Amino acid sequence: MRERTSGRTVGGFRNLFLQGPAVTLLLLWMLVPLGMTLWFSFQRYNLINPMISGFAGWDNYTYLLTDPALWTAMGNTLLLVGWVLAISVIGGTLLAVLFQQEFFGRGIARLLVIAPFFVMPTVGALVWKNMLMHPVNGVFAWLSNLLGLPVIDWFSSMPLASIIIIVAWQWMPFALLILLTAIQSLDDDQVEAARMDGAGPLAIFWFITLPHLKRAISVVIMIEMIFLLTIFAEIFVTTSGGPGLASTNLAYFIYIRALLDFDVGGASAGGVIAIILANIVAIFLIRTVAKNLET
Amino acid sequence: MYLKHVLPLAGAATLASFAAHAETITVATVNNNDMIIMQGLTDEFEKAHPDIDLEWVVLEENVLRQRLTTDIATDGGQFDVMTVGTYEVPIWAQQDWLVELDDLPESYNEQDLLKPVRDGLSQDGSLYALPFYGESSMMYYRTDLFEKAGIEMPEQPSWDQVQDWASQIHDPDNDVYGICLRGKPGWGENMAFVSTLVNTFGGRWFDEDWQPEINSPEWKEAVGFYVDLMNDYGPPGATSNGFNENQALFSSGKCGMWVDATSAAGGLYNPDESQVADKLGFAPAPIAETPKGANWLWSWTLAIPTSSDSKDAAKTFITWATSQEYIELVGETEGWTSVPPGTRESTYENPKYQEAAPFADFVLNAIQTADPTDSTLKPSPYIGVQTVNIPEFQAVGTQVGQMIGAALAGQQSVDAALDQAQRSVERTMRQAGYYD
Repeated sequence: MRERTSGRTVGGFRNLFLQGPAVTLLLLWMLVPLGMTLWFSFQRYNLINPMISGFAGWDNYTYLLTDPALWTAMGNTLLLVGWVLAISVIGGTLLAVLFQQEFFGRGIARLLVIAPFFVMPTVGALVWKNMLMHPVNGVFAWLSNLLGLPVIDWFSSMPLASIIIIVAWQWMPFALLILLTAIQSLDDDQVEAARMDGAGPLAIFWFITLPHLKRAISVVIMIEMIFLLTIFAEIFVTTSGGPGLASTNLAYFIYIRALLDFDVGGASAGGVIAIILANIVAIFLIRTVAKNLET
Repeated sequence: MYLKHVLPLAGAATLASFAAHAETITVATVNNNDMIIMQGLTDEFEKAHPDIDLEWVVLEENVLRQRLTTDIATDGGQFDVMTVGTYEVPIWAQQDWLVELDDLPESYNEQDLLKPVRDGLSQDGSLYALPFYGESSMMYYRTDLFEKAGIEMPEQPSWDQVQDWASQIHDPDNDVYGICLRGKPGWGENMAFVSTLVNTFGGRWFDEDWQPEINSPEWKEAVGFYVDLMNDYGPPGATSNGFNENQALFSSGKCGMWVDATSAAGGLYNPDESQVADKLGFAPAPIAETPKGANWLWSWTLAIPTSSDSKDAAKTFITWATSQEYIELVGETEGWTSVPPGTRESTYENPKYQEAAPFADFVLNAIQTADPTDSTLKPSPYIGVQTVNIPEFQAVGTQVGQMIGAALAGQQSVDAALDQAQRSVERTMRQAGYYD
């Protein structure tokens, strides 16, 4: 047992006693729901048909993994996450550089550009659905009428793209917020020196600003990815996963199984697959981010 | 200071509620207009039954269904009265989830309930739920547009005629679309309508061995017709239009025709709620190959779960809310077009209702011609007009509804969508053990 200068001990049994309750509680908190999900995923358990019950073996998983809808949902999830990340990181970086410049009313402009992040997802989706993208009453329809272009019925002709636009609108401000704070920590002297050496604004952005933002960008990617994998409200409010399966992601797929089909077994199996998927993503992410953070 | 005042008050309130010995029952219901009126009449009920207090849980249809199903399947016992549809009642009754209602008071006059509605709620001769309001489907049209185009409405329109009329009155430049129909996916939304269309084109959900027939020629013809009709003469964004959206479109004068629930008639005929009240025409639901199953049958009913602790109080409430006196109470206080329709013969015999609601005969006729036991041209193993009364139907209807939504949106061809729907229904039925 080592003794610190402060007199507190580190490690040993006493610590175990002190940490024990908290750790146990956290473990229970995590393990009980996880265990129940695993248990249900091996049960024949449909809420509206209790006649069919008992151990299902791998049935729930086989039905799920051979269901073409699952793969469509996975593909949509990846497309959704990928596109929103690309848009919000690229857009966020450019906006961060822009909003770093001095201009009149910068404070208010910054506040406004960050605002979408503070709108609840359901409310944001409703605004987009009924006020912007609506084919009859929407602002976009009015604009294209004004320009003499054909009106786009967003949610039925390009459902996934519409969802990507809405989600990106919500998450770009978050990227902007983080990247803007990162840019503010950029050393002015460095930029000044580069400028005196004859570097243009593009070169400064490419060789100084962007490398400086590398860490912040990986943090943005990590946090956003965790939240984007579980996007639900936007889909629920606007397209309900449709038309067909065109905008069903994994979260919505599990929702359909659990609360529209009432198939608890199948939904739990879907949940387990989602957990595995999220962990695979997390392992890759943490590795790359950790590498970036070490330097 | 503030606390000093509040505490005695709270204490007094608790005492008062103990002193009254009132039994509180929790009623879960859907946020439709007729139920909101029922909630508004809480005081009337509590005045007549001082020993019963009502507590309301009013939810949107899908959410209500989720809450009720999870509660009843897990024996939760949160609710004493549940608002359920004709689809759930026979299935839940079979699971012994609902209280049998075989000893209703004489004054309730069970025989007054419309026969198709009563039959739909009975299992082996006894009732398991009491109908609050019932509906079938019918066609609404704009008499002014029909007159201008010189169209005469026959006694029984056919779908071919409807297509022809839609082409004549379709005028999107002036914001009038030929026909509005449900497009929002869901077994209770677009599939309620599409099922009746398939019925009248001669199709059915399952053959006698429970093999699905979703990609049969009849289905392809019916769904193809529906998709073409909506693409040519429907409003834009039809895939997100359900009952409520179409009602808003029709009552603001944007649709020439609309085939949907008879329960919309009261609202459309009410000049406060509708701009087309004075140019509203009624007709029976159109038919194609066969009149069988062309109009649906649905009722919202009040039932008591076996998990309730206050079954007697709950029974007092549901017999009150579905009684003849209740209908008269609503007629006197809210106006006769607002009474819950489609449940009792006495409502349709009432001269005050006949005078206020010119659509009454259509509704009564539509309900009485819908027969859940014989709704398809070829024989079928199931009961239900626009539903199949088996537990798996929610999943099946949701899947097929999604695919037809995709076909309507043009994401997929009708054939491809129906083939995919067929495969997914086969999977669901195999998983449920109907065949290997």
